[in-house]
Amino acid sequence: MTFTGWFQSYLGDGLGWFAGTLVLILAIMLPVMVGVAMAVYADRKIWAAMQMRRGPNVVGPFGLLQTFADAAKLFLKETIIPSSASKAVFLLAPMISFVLALAIWAVMPFDAGLVLADLNVGLLYVFAVSSMGVYGIIMSGWASNSKYPFLGGLRSAAQMVSYEVSMGFILVAVMLYAQSLNLSDIVMAQKGNVLGLLNGNIFNPLLFPMGIMFFITALAETNRPPFDLPEAEAELVAGYQVEYSSMSFALFFLGEYANILFMCALIPVLFLGGWLPPLDWAPLYLVPGFVWMLVKMAFMFFCFAWVKAAVPRYRYDQLMRLGWKVFLPLSLFWVVVVSGWLMFFTDKFVAAPGSVVL
Amino acid sequence: MTAAVFAFYLFAVVLITAAVMVILSRNPVHSVLWLIVCFFNAGGLFILLGAEFLAMLLVIVYVGAVAVLFLFVVMMLDIDFAELRSGMARYLPFGLAVGGVLLTEIILAVGSWQAGAGVPLFDVLAGVPDGMTNTQWIGSVLYTRYLYIFQAAGLVLLVSMIGAIVLTHRQRIGTKRQSIAHQVARTPKNAVHPAQPGVGQGVEL
Repeated sequence: MTFTGWFQSYLGDGLGWFAGTLVLILAIMLPVMVGVAMAVYADRKIWAAMQMRRGPNVVGPFGLLQTFADAAKLFLKETIIPSSASKAVFLLAPMISFVLALAIWAVMPFDAGLVLADLNVGLLYVFAVSSMGVYGIIMSGWASNSKYPFLGGLRSAAQMVSYEVSMGFILVAVMLYAQSLNLSDIVMAQKGNVLGLLNGNIFNPLLFPMGIMFFITALAETNRPPFDLPEAEAELVAGYQVEYSSMSFALFFLGEYANILFMCALIPVLFLGGWLPPLDWAPLYLVPGFVWMLVKMAFMFFCFAWVKAAVPRYRYDQLMRLGWKVFLPLSLFWVVVVSGWLMFFTDKFVAAPGSVVL
Repeated sequence: MTAAVFAFYLFAVVLITAAVMVILSRNPVHSVLWLIVCFFNAGGLFILLGAEFLAMLLVIVYVGAVAVLFLFVVMMLDIDFAELRSGMARYLPFGLAVGGVLLTEIILAVGSWQAGAGVPLFDVLAGVPDGMTNTQWIGSVLYTRYLYIFQAAGLVLLVSMIGAIVLTHRQRIGTKRQSIAHQVARTPKNAVHPAQPGVGQGVEL
C-alpha cells in the first residue's frame, strides 16, 4: 500500500489524498529547510577554510547552530516598508521567491520511486519554475523604488534570461540521450551508461562538456559568485535586497539557498547518475540510493562553495559575452553533435515510440 | 463538485479577473504582472485538459521569457500616469469599436465551427495512442505530418528576428572593444621589454 493509500483508507479518497500529500510535502520541505541552514553554515566554513580563518565556531558545537541564531536574530527585527514603495508588489516579491524555490522540489527523485510528483514532463517543470524565479528579484527591484535595487533587478532579469537559453540546450542534449523528460527515467538511463561500467552522463565523453557547462550555468541561474552581479555588494550595496529587512529578507535568503541546494541535487540527477552509485558494481548497491544522492548533493555544494571562495566576480559585459557568445553557440553545436551521434550510431531514435523510419 | 471542476472554475475565474485587471490597472508594471498571472492560469487550464507539455511550454516561453522582456521594457518607460488617463474618454469609442469587431469575429468563428460539425474541414487526429506520452505524440506529429507548416513558421520567426536586428543594429564608431583572444594571446615576451638605461638617458620604446 502506498503512503497516500494508507491515509485514503482512513479518511476517504479525497481528504486522504490531501492529507497524505500534505505530509509528504512537509517531509520534503522540513529537511530542505534544515539543509538550507546547514548549507549556509557549510558555505561559511568552507569559505573560511579557503581564507585560513575559522569561520563560525561559537554558537553550539563547532558553531553548528550559528545559522539558527542568525535566523532568530533576523526574525526579531522590525519589518520596514519604504514609504514610496509599491506595497503589494514589495511584499509579494519575497514570497514568490520562497514559494517557487520550494515548489521546484516537488519533482526531485531522491531514490528509486521516492519522489512526490513523478511528472512525465519533470524536466520542463524544473525549467519552467526556475525561469519564473526571476520575478521575485525583478519585482523586488522595481517595487523598492530605489536605484540600487532597480539596477540589481534589471541585471538579474537580463542575466537569467540569457543563461536560460543555453541551459535549455543543455537539457535538450540530456533528454535526447535519456529519451525522456521524467527525472527518474533520466537517472535510470544513466545506469551502465559508459561501457556498462560507469553510471552517469558525466563519464560519457559526448555529455561531459555539457556537464561542465551546466555547472557554470547553474551558478549563473542561482546568482552565485562569480555571477552574483544582481547583489554585487561592491557596486550595488546588496542589489535587489537593499530595502528588505527581517522576515522579508529572510524569505529571499532561504529561497536563494533552497534554489542552490536544488541545483546541487539537479546536477547529480542529470549528470552524476542520481541515486545510483558511480560504478555499476553490485556491492555498491548495498548502500541505499538515498545516501548516494545526499553524498553527491554534498559534493556539488562543496563545489559551489569552492567556486565562491576561489573566483573573482565577473564584469557585466563579460558575463553577457560568456552567455551569448560562448555558451549559446557551443551548446547549440553540441546538441547537433549529440543528436547526430544518436541518429547515425545508435538505434535510440528508431526505437522511440511514434518515430518514422527515414 | 470534483476537484477537476473546482480547479477549472478556480483557474478560469482567476484568469478572467487577471485579464480584466490588465486593462484596468493604472500602473503599466502592474498590468504586466497581472498578464503573468493570466498566462500562469492559462497553463493551469492546459494541465486540466491533459496537455501538460503545452502547459509547461506556455509557462517557460510566455512567463519565463516574453513577459520578463515586457516587464523589462515597461519598467524603464518614463510615463506620466495622469496624462495617460486623461485621454481615456477620447479613445473610449475607438477602443469599444475595435473590441466590438473582435467580439463579433470570435462569435462568428465559434458559430461556424459548431455549424460545420458535419463538414470535414480538418481531418482531426485521434487522441494520444497508448504507451506514448503527450510530448512524444506532439513531436511525432509535428515533425512528420505538419513538417512543412512547422518549418514555415520557423522561417517566419527567423525573418522577423533578422528584421528586428537589422532595424535596431547600429555601428558605433570610436568605442573601444575588448578582444579576449588578443588578451589571452599576449605573453610576457611581447609585452615586457627589459632595458637598463644609463644615468640621464631615456629609454627607446
